[in-house]
Amino acid sequence: MAVDLHKFANPARFLRITSAIFPWAAIVTVLLLAVGLYLALFASPEDYQQGATVRIMFVHVPAAWMAMSIYVMMAISSATGLIWKHPVADLSAKAAAPIGACFTFLALVTGSLWGQPMWGTFWVWDARLTSMLILFFLYLGYMAIWGSFDDQSKAGKAAAILVLIGAINVPIIKFSVDWWNTLHQPASVATMDGPKIHSSILTPLLVMGLAYTSLFLTIFIIRVKAEILGRRLRILRLAHVED
Amino acid sequence: MSTLNEFLNMGGYGAFVWPSYGVSALILICLIVLSIRHLRKIERELKPLETDRKSRRRRKVPTGDTVQ
Repeated sequence: MAVDLHKFANPARFLRITSAIFPWAAIVTVLLLAVGLYLALFASPEDYQQGATVRIMFVHVPAAWMAMSIYVMMAISSATGLIWKHPVADLSAKAAAPIGACFTFLALVTGSLWGQPMWGTFWVWDARLTSMLILFFLYLGYMAIWGSFDDQSKAGKAAAILVLIGAINVPIIKFSVDWWNTLHQPASVATMDGPKIHSSILTPLLVMGLAYTSLFLTIFIIRVKAEILGRRLRILRLAHVED
Repeated sequence: MSTLNEFLNMGGYGAFVWPSYGVSALILICLIVLSIRHLRKIERELKPLETDRKSRRRRKVPTGDTVQ
């Protein structure tokens, strides 16, 4: 039987582009992590109130940023997949999900480790922490849906709908610190009046944020390649059986 | 040595700062390793099918001097 090569044209181009970006993304990640960790652990001062625990922020806040932005990226590519049936869109969201789940988990755990010395508790059921936990479950649910359908195009559709419904959680996370009383501090970087943090602490935070973004891109390229080749594998196996 | 101890102590908060960095490193390194291993596995499984498909496509070409 003939395999429709048109189906591969687009993903093939996608793979070529990502393969070209990959070594640069990996190098930039290593450099940014080296600089970011040096600034975070050695060069930045201790906070006058929080002492050295402020250093937890440099792994906590970037992880939380990634947790939310990866989810937004998944929602956009899922919508693209549903509307235009773009072949790489669903697979992109699928490839990004485990990375987002890991960052969400890290935001929760490092936040807990910061909460105990500063708030006196590992966990409170307030809006910010609870909505972040819901985000973690949305990631897990999304991955579970992909795993529970044999028909991958059906799985992609169901998973995309879950992501889009769950997207309502993203503004809730963002504004939870303004809408409800909480132990969590309000936004101090992305505010209307500009960052409220001194540059000696803001710079390492932003460098770590860029490092995490570039780390995401690096892992994403590996995973999306596996997804595209995995789909090719399924199609070829099917062709093999039908012959 | 005392500066190293001071650094590890993190002003008394070492027990919270280091596990934060440790768990971040652990989870992210595991994610990288698992992602690469998953890709390698798929590439390994795909290889025989790709070569098989190519050879069959060659066979479909009418016999003669046109076959590369």
